[in-house]
Amino acid sequence: MMETKQIAEGETFPRLLLRHAQVRPKRPAMREKDLGIWQCWSWAETNAEVRQLACGLAALGFRRGMTLAIVGDNRPRLYWAMAATQCLGGIPVPLYQDAPAADMRYVLEDAEIDFAVAEDQEQVDKLFEIKEGLNRISHIIVDDQRGLRHYGQPELHAYARLAEQGAQFDREHPGFFDAEVAAGKAEDTAVILYTSGTTGKPKGVCHSHRAMIATAQTLVDFDGLNEDDNILCYLPLAWIGDFLYSYSQSMLAGLCLNCPESPQTVMTDLREIGPSYYFGPPRIYENILTQVMIRIEDAGWIKRTMFHRFMALARRVGLRILDRKGDVAWHDRLLYAAGELCVYGPLKNVLGLSRLRVAYTGGEAIGPDLFDFYRSIGVNLKQLYGMTETCVTVCMQKSGEVKLDAVGKPMRNVDVRISPEGEVLVRSPGMMQGYFKRPDATLEAIIDGYFHTGDAGFFDEDGHLKIIDRARDVGRMADGSLFAPKYIENKLKFFPFVKEAVAFGDGRDECMAFINIDIEAVGNWAERRGISYSGYTDLAAQIAVYDLITGCVEQANADLARDAKLSGSQIRRFLILHKELDPDDDELTRTRKVRRGFIAEKYAVLIDALYSGKASQYIETQVKFEDGRQGKIAADLRIHDVKPRDVGAAA
Amino acid sequence: MSRQRTIGEVILDLQNISLSFGGVRALADISFDVRQHEIRAIIGPNGAGKSSMLNVINGVYHPQQGNIVFRGQTRHRMNPTRVAKGGIARTFQNIALFKGMSVLDNIMTGRNTKMKRGLLANALWWGPARNEEIAHRHKVEEVIDFLEIQHIRKTPVGRLPYGLQKRVELARALAAEPEVLLLDEPMAGMNVEEKQDMCRFILDVNDQFGTTIVLIEHDMGVVMDISDRVVVLDYGKKIGDGTPADVMQNQDVIDAYLGTSHQEM
Repeated sequence: MMETKQIAEGETFPRLLLRHAQVRPKRPAMREKDLGIWQCWSWAETNAEVRQLACGLAALGFRRGMTLAIVGDNRPRLYWAMAATQCLGGIPVPLYQDAPAADMRYVLEDAEIDFAVAEDQEQVDKLFEIKEGLNRISHIIVDDQRGLRHYGQPELHAYARLAEQGAQFDREHPGFFDAEVAAGKAEDTAVILYTSGTTGKPKGVCHSHRAMIATAQTLVDFDGLNEDDNILCYLPLAWIGDFLYSYSQSMLAGLCLNCPESPQTVMTDLREIGPSYYFGPPRIYENILTQVMIRIEDAGWIKRTMFHRFMALARRVGLRILDRKGDVAWHDRLLYAAGELCVYGPLKNVLGLSRLRVAYTGGEAIGPDLFDFYRSIGVNLKQLYGMTETCVTVCMQKSGEVKLDAVGKPMRNVDVRISPEGEVLVRSPGMMQGYFKRPDATLEAIIDGYFHTGDAGFFDEDGHLKIIDRARDVGRMADGSLFAPKYIENKLKFFPFVKEAVAFGDGRDECMAFINIDIEAVGNWAERRGISYSGYTDLAAQIAVYDLITGCVEQANADLARDAKLSGSQIRRFLILHKELDPDDDELTRTRKVRRGFIAEKYAVLIDALYSGKASQYIETQVKFEDGRQGKIAADLRIHDVKPRDVGAAA
Repeated sequence: MSRQRTIGEVILDLQNISLSFGGVRALADISFDVRQHEIRAIIGPNGAGKSSMLNVINGVYHPQQGNIVFRGQTRHRMNPTRVAKGGIARTFQNIALFKGMSVLDNIMTGRNTKMKRGLLANALWWGPARNEEIAHRHKVEEVIDFLEIQHIRKTPVGRLPYGLQKRVELARALAAEPEVLLLDEPMAGMNVEEKQDMCRFILDVNDQFGTTIVLIEHDMGVVMDISDRVVVLDYGKKIGDGTPADVMQNQDVIDAYLGTSHQEM
């Protein structure tokens, strides 16, 4: 702790690296599994590698203020390239390695790239393809030489060869490297990260050393990270998450970064390394859980029974034990300890989560079952909130103060306000310098020092920020209360029986919903009850199914009722659609997001029926079958009423 | 990217090979040569004698007539062990791996001709035997890295999908560091993506290690794309030999493939 406190104003990443090389020269800084063996580089070795590469780049003519693109998977050499660029006062621009050439071309042009470090032949080919007709990229440095023996292009340099040249350059120009590092200022741009272009062209977010270091320091203090910690780097280099949680945190805390052998071996590598800090979007946790469940169902009955028994116990008491609440009976504690020995411990070990101190997820809403599963077996999974422009790190959950549907309290020195329209505004030390070459966009995003996130949210009674939807999707009910369709739909979709939900209520006095049942989950449920059905349409129309879904909706309402701001948008009536929403019928986007506007138009007659209080409505719908044929599905849809809960009522 | 290579001298020369099983004439007076560093394809309809040809090179079958000149040494018949030690490795049409063993162990077996230490030393994993195994393992890991199968290193082969098993078989052959690699339908039963991968690996092997490759393949697209020279067999006879473009123009070949010869018309 002593030492981290000393990190003063005005530091840069290269100077932090130098300090680690002096303070902890022998401690591991980086590992990578190569040829089946974990290779390790100490801080001193890392420093030497970075120095060589930086000098090599300088020998090629790389100068202060230039940009350098980095394309590839998480490899030590690519991280070193970032550091080397920063040593020379240049700006690394990591790119998404799986981006198609056209997208990459835009970024390379926009960021004015002349130097690129590429992982392998695949990326080199892509760069050469982009290079045609582009008067840029004069040097490409490649890490893995495989397949490149016959490439004669003068622009191409082998990484190892360049490092040798760097060592020579260093000998011939003593003092050059140190002078360059000393010349770096905290206000210099440390990195440019391009936001994914889901809305328009990608924009380059520029972060200074000061912002990144201040944020990383906050994070390191928040979870008490130190040189004994290990992180597995598997997220794309181009994403702020990797730059912040891997690169920046290791530079601050002196912890060790571990690079997987290949993208396919991440699960095995995770198990071998046993990281102490882990970050992943919800879908990664979901994948892991799915694999566990599949393998458990294939296991012998003794293991299976044991697993289910102990998981039931974990669900009952695990969360309270993790949060150190005192109200767990002693025999439950004893049983839980036995469970740790027989089930939870071995399970965590197989998943590589044994040594985990904290795990984070963020980016999208996480389902309650998923979240509780990890927490109940003792994995300290927490949520956080933030975006590229603010170095993520807006809100994070403290251990022991974890809630499913909030993202925690604002971090140290971060100021979060809610605009009158309900948009979340952020001012933080991690604020970007601006969008690269886009002063107009910067002015639009940062107003009076506050970054406009575009997310709608509010603070709950404990001061935790709750993000409910994108601000532009949030509407108002006729009485002026909030209507956040995605929040409501997510609440419904977390039930395994509900596949899709569409909520309506903007400008109305009551909230209504269309529901798609999950044919597998509900089908399975129906079979166990001896309910026969011929297909989706038939199953969806069954009274028993309606009753099942009514139960789900009531629970969702109870959840909504707990929040004064959202209780006005409880679902009053719903119907189960006679067909599954389908991207082929334009009802969903290709990424399976509901197209609310289109659905409202297409099924206007159903919405009218919902609001006019009818008990059923006949509808005919054109559908496209998988083989391209057109057909019609007609049905008489039942409409069910649901009783709303009183505000503040407990579930 | 065009591949610039130097095709070398003749490394394997088959002279007037004839092979019969009882009354069945599998190969009749076939001659062709394989040059160092080239990719040589053998094509032909079913039952043309392609696999028999590989088996002759490999020493599994002994031809009744003809000579095989391998690296300047003329032999009437080959012997599988000697062939393997001499630097010829192969894969099989129907995968011949040890299903219950891990991918790693399977590939290790490819090193067996190069292992010098005795049974006892290896069983005790003592001294030189240990160092030897570490060196072999290193080589095997290079092959694993080369063929991008790190993620299945410890998986039993029997549990792998077909396409990957084919790749493991190639890995085992490569582990022997062969000078000549015989591939018997390396792409049979694969989907387009798997075929593309396999093509890339074959070209990479040829480029990186300079391995000479003799391959049997049915997919004409693949053959035309990757091979330097093609020999065409039909009913045990050679009906064409030359560059892919030449062979495509050859009337006999067209007839054999379109089935207009023989009985019809």
